[in-house]
Amino acid sequence: MSNSDRKRIVIVGATSTIARHCARLWLAEYKCVDLTLVGRDLARIERVASDLRVRSPKSSIEVLTVDFLCPDAIKRLAQDLTDPSPVDIVLIAHGSLPDQNLCQEDLSVCAKAISINAISPALFAEAFAGAMENAHKGTLGIIGSVAGDRGRKSNYVYGSAKGFLERYAEGLQHRLARKAVRIVLVKPGPTETPMTSNMPQPSLKLASPEVVARHIVDGMKKGSPTLYTPRKWFLIMAVLKYLPRFIFNRINI
Amino acid sequence: MLNSPQSVASQLQSFQPGIPYGMGRSYGDACLNPGSFLWSTKGLDHFIDFDESSGVLTCEAGVTLRDLQGLVVPRGWMLPVTPGTQYVTVGGAIANDVHGKNHHVAGSFGDHVIRVRLHRTDGEVIDCGPDLRRGWFRATLGGVGLTGVISQATIQLRPIMGPWLDTETLPYTGLQEFFQLADASERAWEYTVSWLDCTSRCGRGIFMRANHSKAAESSVSRKQAKRAVPFTPPISLINSLTLRPFNVWYYKSQAHKPRCATMHYEPFFYPLDDILEWNRMYGPRGFFQYQTVIPSDARQEAIQAMLDEISSSRDGSFLAVLKTFGERKSEGMLSFPRPGVTLALDFPNRGARTHQLFSRLDAIVREAGGRIYLAKDARMPKDLFISGYPNFVEFLPYRDPGITSGMSRRLMDE
Repeated sequence: MSNSDRKRIVIVGATSTIARHCARLWLAEYKCVDLTLVGRDLARIERVASDLRVRSPKSSIEVLTVDFLCPDAIKRLAQDLTDPSPVDIVLIAHGSLPDQNLCQEDLSVCAKAISINAISPALFAEAFAGAMENAHKGTLGIIGSVAGDRGRKSNYVYGSAKGFLERYAEGLQHRLARKAVRIVLVKPGPTETPMTSNMPQPSLKLASPEVVARHIVDGMKKGSPTLYTPRKWFLIMAVLKYLPRFIFNRINI
Repeated sequence: MLNSPQSVASQLQSFQPGIPYGMGRSYGDACLNPGSFLWSTKGLDHFIDFDESSGVLTCEAGVTLRDLQGLVVPRGWMLPVTPGTQYVTVGGAIANDVHGKNHHVAGSFGDHVIRVRLHRTDGEVIDCGPDLRRGWFRATLGGVGLTGVISQATIQLRPIMGPWLDTETLPYTGLQEFFQLADASERAWEYTVSWLDCTSRCGRGIFMRANHSKAAESSVSRKQAKRAVPFTPPISLINSLTLRPFNVWYYKSQAHKPRCATMHYEPFFYPLDDILEWNRMYGPRGFFQYQTVIPSDARQEAIQAMLDEISSSRDGSFLAVLKTFGERKSEGMLSFPRPGVTLALDFPNRGARTHQLFSRLDAIVREAGGRIYLAKDARMPKDLFISGYPNFVEFLPYRDPGITSGMSRRLMDE
């Protein structure tokens, strides 16, 4: 197989549960993939890489670490990855659910949460979207959250950062609408991952990361601009978004 | 949820006492911990290494057998021992030292485990295996999670030509015939199992045996369609009205099937995996499973006595499985398999009445010197545990003081 037949995929925040399930699906689907995993912690990301190497011995899997908040480093990384040949798929998956109360008490926790959930993904998206625009191809996925649809007292710091990503992705989509580049904003509902494992038992069943990953992989293939996963969250959030304020303010969520 | 091998130690320390929890497929309280913590191993689902030339695979303990088989079968390898469902984790398979339809040839799951990494709640990490810290290995194998959290394991797989099995289906009309068939099949057939019509006093049933097919390809196609029981009905669908006709119909339909067939390994090994959430059929009160092994010398009388009890109780199960175990002794101190015959039965939970039936079955097991499978038990009396598992005294010092389960509190006082 020649090099041009191989898919080139980059996953930022590859240790996230949803991201590594996406990686497994892409490797199963395309067999021969040049995959680059970008993360913060080398040991954690190597663990994901070993798993993927066992699953897909024909693929080439590399790992890179970078400072997720350093614009220059992010720009350089995107250039290094896209210069030799354009990438087909980029998934920006990192995020971290902060303790809302802690964010209210300690502004440095608040600042950190906003940086890692809003600024950092936007910088990665900007860097890769530019490269894709020049190459006239590529699909860029950004993992947002249903939490970004309406601010709620229980997690509005996280929610507002995710909401920022929605406006950001919207702008990118507008900018690239006439190019062969697709921007997909993914909005998962609460999913069974380490991020949610310390949450009190939610009233709705957590989605399985395998199912969410399947939707993401399929949705990115189609190039859907916004993807609620599982799909029922589209309805739930539609109701929540348009709930009149006088009712909304009375519910404890 | 245990996120990574690196974080296990600190997570175990902050949430105590707990019990490792994989897919939750143990039928009883081995994987439950009322009022305390469950440590989910779902996040420990990474493969670590696979040597395709030797068939040695290392993975984290939360990898499911389904994921594992899906990876290795296309590359010419397979789990040498597999239980009746793929929806269990490697850690759970070790902690319950599960067995399969080829026990007489391959022993139990633990016979193919080379290494286990065990995390104790005090932070100690113990690597053990049949040739390394063997006491720890023997305690952990079948130790129902009570010796520590298994974070990863190394397993020796077996080579296969392809995913196909050559199977034979033979109806039998009584227990004597079953034992003749089972004994006669031990040499030439790797897999043997039988479905028993437990509504018939005579003990008729369907005997199935299989060997790996030499052919890599087959004209038979594998149907992938999975059905699911969509909701829990208000009462058990398995009841005195449905049970007998169901069993008669099943016996007749299977008995008329052609004797020889080529089958994909999945429907043969994991018949219930195609019906997702099948447990819902038993209604909101659920069901009990009763699986026992009876030593060879008492086998026919004991099984007959149990069948008599069940059919006179008019309770009983649609899924009754009868299978002989080979002579191979399991390594684990609390491993279930031992030479003899094992009978597994499902009963809808009908409260006191079901428990009374179990007490009568217990008496038969006790007298025959048998034991009940911990992975499936939620109610056996303590004395039956002690008589069935004489090695449990040797096991106790290996327990982790930071670990409890519903089962440990019920059978081991803490």
